Amino acid sequence: MMKTAEMLEIFNRHRGDAVVIPGRGGRFWVEMSEQPNRDLPLGDPAMGGHASFALGLALAIPDQRVVLFDSEGDVLMGMGALPTVAEKAPSNLYHFMLDNGVYATTGGQPVPNSEQMEYDVVAQGCGYPATYAIDNLEDFASQIEEILSQPGPVFVALKIDPEIINEPINARPQWQRKSRNQAVADMQAELGISIG
Amino acid sequence: MAELSPARILAELKNNGATHVVWLPDSETNFLYVLMSEEPSIDLVPVSREGHAFSTAAGLAAGGQKPVILIQNTGMMESGDSLRGWGLGMNVPVVMMVGYRGWTRHGVITDTAAFYTERFLHAFNINYYLVESDEDADRISIAFAEAQREKRPVAVLVGDEYHGFNVSR
Repeated sequence: MMKTAEMLEIFNRHRGDAVVIPGRGGRFWVEMSEQPNRDLPLGDPAMGGHASFALGLALAIPDQRVVLFDSEGDVLMGMGALPTVAEKAPSNLYHFMLDNGVYATTGGQPVPNSEQMEYDVVAQGCGYPATYAIDNLEDFASQIEEILSQPGPVFVALKIDPEIINEPINARPQWQRKSRNQAVADMQAELGISIG
Repeated sequence: MAELSPARILAELKNNGATHVVWLPDSETNFLYVLMSEEPSIDLVPVSREGHAFSTAAGLAAGGQKPVILIQNTGMMESGDSLRGWGLGMNVPVVMMVGYRGWTRHGVITDTAAFYTERFLHAFNINYYLVESDEDADRISIAFAEAQREKRPVAVLVGDEYHGFNVSR
């Protein structure tokens, strides 16, 4: 098991100039990222859609590396996105998935069949050409360079500690520093993307 | 009444600069699929659940592309939360072409898919245009212009009574 923040710290050393969609790791990522205009900390626009969003972005900006930190709850809800990612096969997409076994933001109830799921096997079966399953920081640190050095799409299932939130939504700290649309606009400006 | 030809639909998409068609097949779109798959200027992105169309389109639009969503009304209704969060929440200027299953021009609708379609769009405050034949097809350009201007999804309801897309090419 890994702490999300510790895993992201290691990733950050290897980020390069990738566009990062931190997903449910967003509250940690915004504290450490040194390139906020290449970040899309969207929070949770609608559960189950992060992989499809990242796919669309990766197809749109093929010269940029796109890194997504998805969650197992999102993947379970939107598992049908994986074959589409595999079919379109964007070589610039790196699909990490945080697996803490629970719905952490609703109090920690287990996701379906949490003890048995092998998400890397699911992704492989959907056609991802490279998949990994990593459950400790040491292995993550030793494999991250290899993961990011190969063409995507790559899927990486990461076992992380549940960091359960059990407060009403309105009572939770607001970690986002800008709106979703501002984050998109800042990325577009950073990458020189013109909108007609 | 004239029928709605796939070639006319494709021409509208090309004229409006569509770069990607994010779609899930329905019973009316097979001939359109054949045409689109032969069109080099348009990239087809097949999804397995209509809700993914909205998040995919959001990603494409964030990256500066101009996607179109092509789904059926049944799938649109299944996609409510994605339409809310990804489509409306992220101000995605996308035209969603929606097969209007069950639509008749006779005022008697027996298919609940059609019965709820416009009610659904009203609930989400999505403006829409009905296209039944080639004579209506320029409404697709109106929808494109509105989506860009208003920075939000706009629907085109394809009410072809099940035959339009299946006429000869």
